[in-house]
Amino acid sequence: MFKLFQPSKIFQITSKAPKYILFLFVIVLSVGLIEALILSPEDYKQSDAVRIMYVHVPAAWISLGIFSSITFLSISGFVFKNKNFFLISKSLAPSGFVFNIIALVTGSIWGKPTWGTWWAWDARITSMLILVLFYGMYLISWRIYENEEKVFKISTIITILGIINVPIIKYSVDWWNTLHQPASINILSKSSIHSSMLFPLLIMTAAFALFSLLIFLMKYNTELIKIKNKGLDRL
Amino acid sequence: MISELLFMNGYEVYVLSAFSFTLLSFAALYLVTKVQFVKEQKKFVTKFGYLNTEEAKSAKSQRINKEILANATNN
Repeated sequence: MFKLFQPSKIFQITSKAPKYILFLFVIVLSVGLIEALILSPEDYKQSDAVRIMYVHVPAAWISLGIFSSITFLSISGFVFKNKNFFLISKSLAPSGFVFNIIALVTGSIWGKPTWGTWWAWDARITSMLILVLFYGMYLISWRIYENEEKVFKISTIITILGIINVPIIKYSVDWWNTLHQPASINILSKSSIHSSMLFPLLIMTAAFALFSLLIFLMKYNTELIKIKNKGLDRL
Repeated sequence: MISELLFMNGYEVYVLSAFSFTLLSFAALYLVTKVQFVKEQKKFVTKFGYLNTEEAKSAKSQRINKEILANATNN
């Protein structure tokens, strides 16, 4: 089964896919922006400030999803002794890191009109800040260590420690009294968000997911070419 | 449509700055990733050019190398 994960096989697809993904991303993002900024209704309490949700929430979801994937792939890399899993993890990290920063900055901008402050050491916000630090440590580990085995080990340890923070982020609004509101969207129970707001939110989430896929593919191709460059040196 | 975008009951500064920050971050990340990709691709083509006939033949036997060269030519 892991033959499917061979770089040469993957490169055949990943080298051609970015242009199509970019095209699709531009279309979905355009629809999402029109929905989020113009067509979606204002909130009865927050008025138009609620529109920040359409960039803040997808960014937070995707940064959490990417970190969880990185952890899963890093552990799988060790279990199945497959280097390509580490390469996929490494290629996913930059977009996760940027999405985490977007979630923090847009959250801060949203905080000013709704809470009256740019920043609060609230459980949800602080745990998201901790996540960005783990992303930073993960990315730095790949830059610091030259030795492959060492970087695999250290980056995996960072992700294992960081993943402890993910359920804390998710349940922080339930476990502690926070300024941050509880989740409005639940997979298992009824969501408290109206469909007129849920629809643009899902479109923007799709656009953000496409963008992270695009960056992942470009980064992964770069990493593969880097490996091949080293291979040419050895000839 | 433009007026709806510009006047959001006094919240336009917050909303538009949040969206602008997001889109600028996207543009920056895309550009940085693209520059890194093109740089590595160029490095590969240059290194490939320095190989002798036998080395080039051996390198070309790997499908992935052929793909990289083909993509570099297309770009």
